[in-house]
Amino acid sequence: MTRTDVQLMLDVKGGDEQSFELLLQRYRTPLVNFLFRMVKNREQAEDLAQEVFIRVYRAREEYVPTAKFTTWLFRIATNLALNSLRDHRHQKLEMSIDAPLMADAEDGDERPFEVADKHLTVEQELVEEERKKMIRRAIEKLPEKQRAAVLLHKYQELDYAEIAKILSCSESALKSLLFRAYEMLRVELAPLVARRGLK
Amino acid sequence: MSCGKMESRILAYMDGRLKDSERAEMEKHLAACGVCRVRANEFRSVSDLLGELPMVEPTPAFDVRVRARVAAEPVKQGRWAWMRPSPRIAFAASMLLLAMLWIGYRKETVAPLPISPDEASAGLMQDISVMEDHDTLANFEPLKELPPPVEVTADSADDNDQQM
Repeated sequence: MTRTDVQLMLDVKGGDEQSFELLLQRYRTPLVNFLFRMVKNREQAEDLAQEVFIRVYRAREEYVPTAKFTTWLFRIATNLALNSLRDHRHQKLEMSIDAPLMADAEDGDERPFEVADKHLTVEQELVEEERKKMIRRAIEKLPEKQRAAVLLHKYQELDYAEIAKILSCSESALKSLLFRAYEMLRVELAPLVARRGLK
Repeated sequence: MSCGKMESRILAYMDGRLKDSERAEMEKHLAACGVCRVRANEFRSVSDLLGELPMVEPTPAFDVRVRARVAAEPVKQGRWAWMRPSPRIAFAASMLLLAMLWIGYRKETVAPLPISPDEASAGLMQDISVMEDHDTLANFEPLKELPPPVEVTADSADDNDQQM
């Protein structure tokens, strides 16, 4: 029988290191993805994800399952990501001069993990790549808190109460935040949205 | 339902998280309001587009680094851990006890023997030859080269005090 996250964490608290390994395997990919979309840098995302796991491990003795494990985990991750973005804001301003170059470099990070469709022509592949780049940039353009809300809602499929707790806001404030984020995405992705509407 | 209320429910509607009564109310509004209907369709398209992004897998080094950092974490001691019997502490305590016993024993054996008054005066008589060597020191050549000692009178002492 699969143990729940809380059970695993309680076992870690009891000294079972293997349970921590299971939590690591369960959340390594979602965490790295979330952090990658937040900070837009692969290496930094992995460093932050490491830090999240270490903080969870360090807190094992004091762990009390008052909330869902994912709420706790993504709250740590969100706080680390927001702090990191704040710390690197000056660097980001300098880098923005080279934004197209940097964005392309980051796009390259994802390529090895995409399954290329062998039936697509080179031209179609380029169009497909451009399309994904546009989606990525639309997400990146969102204000940080809106971006976190969208990522937790769309990719982690957390419920509104959980996301609200992670972002330290009320559920109604979260719904408003998400609505504004989707409105912005709708504008940014208008050409792609219109194309889908024609289909 | 107003368009404003629709805004707070549109995503929950798309996610299928509305109650039956709320969903029915929503569908009624969408059937009547063209603007909200278009928006709901476009939000759905945005959600589908977001779903097209591929997942990023952590690098193989990621797990290795996390495990290494976990292994490097210091082992936490409980509040009463110091009460647990420890071979190191027991060894250190026994060594300390042995050292104290040994020092105590040494003090007893090395203590000076009591000297009788006769023996003490005999020792003094033995040293008197050195004490009487005043004449030898007075005729010591290098000492003669030193300037004679200045005699301090009461007046000169007062002058010095005033100068200071």
